Amino acid sequence: MDADDTRKRMADYLRDHHDKVIGRWTELVVSGMRGRTSVEEVRRELGDLFTLIVRVLSEADDHAAGELQAALDELSRSRARDGFTPSETALGVFALKEAVYELVADTSELVPEFLAFSRMVDNLGLSTFEAYSAAREQIISDQVTTMMELSTPVVQLWDGIIAVPLVGTLDSARTQLVMEKLLDTLVATGADHAVIDITGVATVDTEVAQHLLKTVSAARLLGAECTISGIRPQVAQTIVSLGIEFGDIATKANLADALALALRQAGLKVVPA
Amino acid sequence: MDRVPILKIGSTLFVSIQIDLQDESVMLLQEDLADELSATGARGVIIDITAVEIVDSFIGRMLTMIGSISRLFDAETVIVGMRPAVAITLTELGLSLSGVRTALNAEKGLEILNGKS
Repeated sequence: MDADDTRKRMADYLRDHHDKVIGRWTELVVSGMRGRTSVEEVRRELGDLFTLIVRVLSEADDHAAGELQAALDELSRSRARDGFTPSETALGVFALKEAVYELVADTSELVPEFLAFSRMVDNLGLSTFEAYSAAREQIISDQVTTMMELSTPVVQLWDGIIAVPLVGTLDSARTQLVMEKLLDTLVATGADHAVIDITGVATVDTEVAQHLLKTVSAARLLGAECTISGIRPQVAQTIVSLGIEFGDIATKANLADALALALRQAGLKVVPA
Repeated sequence: MDRVPILKIGSTLFVSIQIDLQDESVMLLQEDLADELSATGARGVIIDITAVEIVDSFIGRMLTMIGSISRLFDAETVIVGMRPAVAITLTELGLSLSGVRTALNAEKGLEILNGKS
């Protein structure tokens, strides 16, 4: 009695009890889901999985294992999207063992077959964990990209005056992005004034200040004058107590003041209409 | 050795660097520029680096030195057309090109020089 025969016999057994197993499996899974998906849908999903599992066990074709993995990945991803925990997803897979065990328990001759089958289901359950965390990683990295894009708009305030409203925390990766975007916009628009607004920057420590200074000196190399605006009272206190020097960079309390300064430097005057 | 041509326009010397800057060509440029400044009595120098894609600390320092030399001849140096990537590199190298003015393009550079006179 070799391993292949064991698996094949298990496959035959499962195929014979197809409806019973799926019925019980579905029951177990649905009871664990507390009504978050419909019974019909679960039955369809599990039916597909079951067919694939039987195909893998009987080694009918080479593609079955890959297809089963893909189906599990998909199931795991959709469960993750619907807000299920990875344990719930994995328990759903493990429930198959329970469903089959209830059938096999009556007969005493299928013990090695059931053990082999049980090992396989364990592996499948574990792979849903991996798929789940991979899906999560994907979501996180997508969000990071979106955040990066969201967080670095460069807006044109006036002909020759652009502004960069910074929101959130300023780390080196973001500074790099902000700097590149600011410089590119300076070149593209031919602006010679840039206002960096830090109203939305939660904290300004020495590192953030360093990043700001770098951005300003890079902009100056392109011949643009920079103003830092939106310094809130607490931030001003922190800056002073940390001994940060902004040197000859103009700082203003708000964006309006910075715009007024830039307009003045550009030789423009705002008069009532 | 590639020499960088120096053009005189009015009281301004115009240098457009179109080649990959080697250390020697920068040295040569520095010498030529000093000669030219002394000979013409120009009041301003515009160095166009639009075509320069790569800079290192040596070239960054040379640009500052050119600025210092020009100032000895009472001429102001404006570096124009720096690419964003070059600006980022120079900043990361800690070179802020003190003593030279910068402008986005040659036109704005000329405005700076003319505004001064």
